[in-house]
Amino acid sequence: MNVFNYLPLITKNSFRNRRRSVLTIGSLMVSLCLLVLLMAMYEALFYGREQTPAQAVRIMMRHRVSLAQPLPLAYEAKIRQVPGVRAVSVRQWFGGTYRDARDPKNFFARFGVRPKDLFIAYPEYVIPEEQKQAFERERTGCIASKSLAEKFGWRPDERITLVGDIFPTTLELKLVGVFEDPNNRFEILYFNWDYLRDSLKAAGTLDLDFTSQYLVLADSPDNVPRIIKAIDDMFDNSPFPTKTESEQAFALSFVSFLGNLKLFLLAIGGAVTFTILLVSANTLSMSVRERIREVGVLKTLGFTPGTIFGVLLGEGMMIAFIGGVLGCVLAAGLCVVLRNAPVPMPQLQALTVTPLIVAISLLIALLIGSLSAVVPAFGAARRPILDSLRHTG
Amino acid sequence: MAIPIAYNLRNLVVRKTTTLMTAIGIGLTVAVLVADLALVEGLRTAFEATGHPLQLVVMRKGSNAELNSTVTREALQRLKSKPGFAANGAGEPMISPEILTVVNLPSVDSPNGMNLTVRALSQTGVEMRGAKIQNGRWFQPGQREVVVGKSVAKRYPNAQPGKRIRFGRGEWDVVGVFDAGESAFNSEIWGELNQIGADFNRQDTVSSVLVRASDAATLQALENSLNDDRQLGVNVVRERDYYEQQTSAGAPLQYFGLLVAAIMAVGSSFAAMNTMYAAVARRAKEIGTLRVLGFSRGAILFSFLIESLLLSLIGGVVGCLIALPINGVTTGVGSFATFSEIAFNFRVSPSTMLSGVIFALIVGAIGGLFPASNAARKEILTALREI
Repeated sequence: MNVFNYLPLITKNSFRNRRRSVLTIGSLMVSLCLLVLLMAMYEALFYGREQTPAQAVRIMMRHRVSLAQPLPLAYEAKIRQVPGVRAVSVRQWFGGTYRDARDPKNFFARFGVRPKDLFIAYPEYVIPEEQKQAFERERTGCIASKSLAEKFGWRPDERITLVGDIFPTTLELKLVGVFEDPNNRFEILYFNWDYLRDSLKAAGTLDLDFTSQYLVLADSPDNVPRIIKAIDDMFDNSPFPTKTESEQAFALSFVSFLGNLKLFLLAIGGAVTFTILLVSANTLSMSVRERIREVGVLKTLGFTPGTIFGVLLGEGMMIAFIGGVLGCVLAAGLCVVLRNAPVPMPQLQALTVTPLIVAISLLIALLIGSLSAVVPAFGAARRPILDSLRHTG
Repeated sequence: MAIPIAYNLRNLVVRKTTTLMTAIGIGLTVAVLVADLALVEGLRTAFEATGHPLQLVVMRKGSNAELNSTVTREALQRLKSKPGFAANGAGEPMISPEILTVVNLPSVDSPNGMNLTVRALSQTGVEMRGAKIQNGRWFQPGQREVVVGKSVAKRYPNAQPGKRIRFGRGEWDVVGVFDAGESAFNSEIWGELNQIGADFNRQDTVSSVLVRASDAATLQALENSLNDDRQLGVNVVRERDYYEQQTSAGAPLQYFGLLVAAIMAVGSSFAAMNTMYAAVARRAKEIGTLRVLGFSRGAILFSFLIESLLLSLIGGVVGCLIALPINGVTTGVGSFATFSEIAFNFRVSPSTMLSGVIFALIVGAIGGLFPASNAARKEILTALREI
């Protein structure tokens, strides 16, 4: 049979009980929207977005145990000798407190860096040339990402005081620039690593030759896996074993802190899918039950059981498909909202409804639509004509 | 006069397939909510069970977490001279200097490795936490030995008695598993203070000091005298409060779960509405008959609302039953306060289940209100004439 010949009939049937169709579509829309969001979240958290060329060559190296553990400065020269390494620089996690630590809003990443090296490693940062030079020149200078500066309403030359906790010192910083990262909106502040060393020396700390992280640049993305392995092997048996990973993998390692998200996302996704199936099956069986007599009439007019089965199946698929399309639209809208939500999860900024996700969810919708129609449609198609015509209810 | 509830119950039984499908739909929504609440409850239980009411955690001023704190030997000596500490059986003051660090071990959930807190402490520290050895034995002074909490033993294949773990300057023998009740300490690895201190070059400083006041009256005085001593330069927090604060580690998961449950609830209430509208449509004649018999519009409205609530009640119970098996399942979240993982058990308590059922009833009430008022508004004559 030609499906398109029956399209008008399917459409008409789908909307014979408008209120029910609207409620069913509404229910499917909301659930499918959730499913799309879960998939988008899964993708954003565990796959990340495509790497930019600059990102693909950045390698993060830290102590195997945690960011809070230091690495000796002597490693820098050794890393530089690994073939394929273009540049190495330090990145010191500072921790500490800005204003009041009890308010989690005051938390943001603070790193001590060598200003010149920073701009080599992050060529994508958009920052006016004179601010760049000011950061390189001024020892107590610091620069903040645009989202961070906006959050606190910082003005140029703003005084920012960071009270150390890992380090027994207080940094009195001056905001000399604001940069924009076109790829993400991390809340991050960079200050001069040399200033930290000076102030630690003044505070009487003797052992200054440490950093919490090394930022390694590879000469090409193809060399990254080899460099990572070479570095970790080199320090495997030292008192300071290292964990070296691509920048993307490094960002992902924070996701595991949220708990076993993978399993949770899958479990909830399963529950949602099953709910959609129930809702859709319920509606279709209600709608078929009401039409038993009508089906009998169709059969007397010469419709074969196969056609009737097909038409009812089509009805289920149509309703589910409309729900799916609307769900995707709703999810795309919610993604925009979530991307701009003030949650401290940078990965969520990669939240997008990709064509693949849309395709998968529409496929799921069609599958559910047809699956839920099978039982009632089969029953209706098989029911003897006389029986159908005699039916009341 | 009200329509008997038996009438609604029978109607639900007659349409059993529809009833069941709608109820399970609501049930799955409830299950997600109950699971989320059970997670938060489990985490809260772990932290609330942690800490002795008379104990204080002493950290460096400016530090909010033990891991970021350092207390010097001089400060420790000065602290010991203060009055008001409880004494243990041997008559020594209950003061436990401790060193904290983290190790990275592969766990059941994350084979790439998860951080665990290693706490170096003395016998006094063990005693102050009331931990008991579950199997094996405690670490011996002067030996490179550690014991692991019972949650650690459950989740980390490499942290078993008889195995060795690597941190600091070498390997450590795991010699026992300890049980610290329901507390967060079960997620830690404990070793001897001097041994670990030597490995980390920390003979001169410790991370924090745990102290116990002799009674409730001296607790406040001790807290003030330590906090106000400028030369000491420490920040004192009650142990209970310190751990309770860390419950926020579960906040992202909690909000995520609530959001999902809320979205699912919208879908479920639409589905319930559908079912109830169908029920109203099918029973148009019955509604007319009931009106003829003298039941008021209010009674009709009430009856259909009750039916919807009954339907969702079944859903709520089904949801609790679906969620029940996760009770006691162990999972873990990372805490940025300790840079390490805390394991805890999901807790499906009566109160979380009650919340689930109430949630289901709200869904049912929203889903039933419009169909019920639709039923109540029907004119008798038209209702009777409907097929």
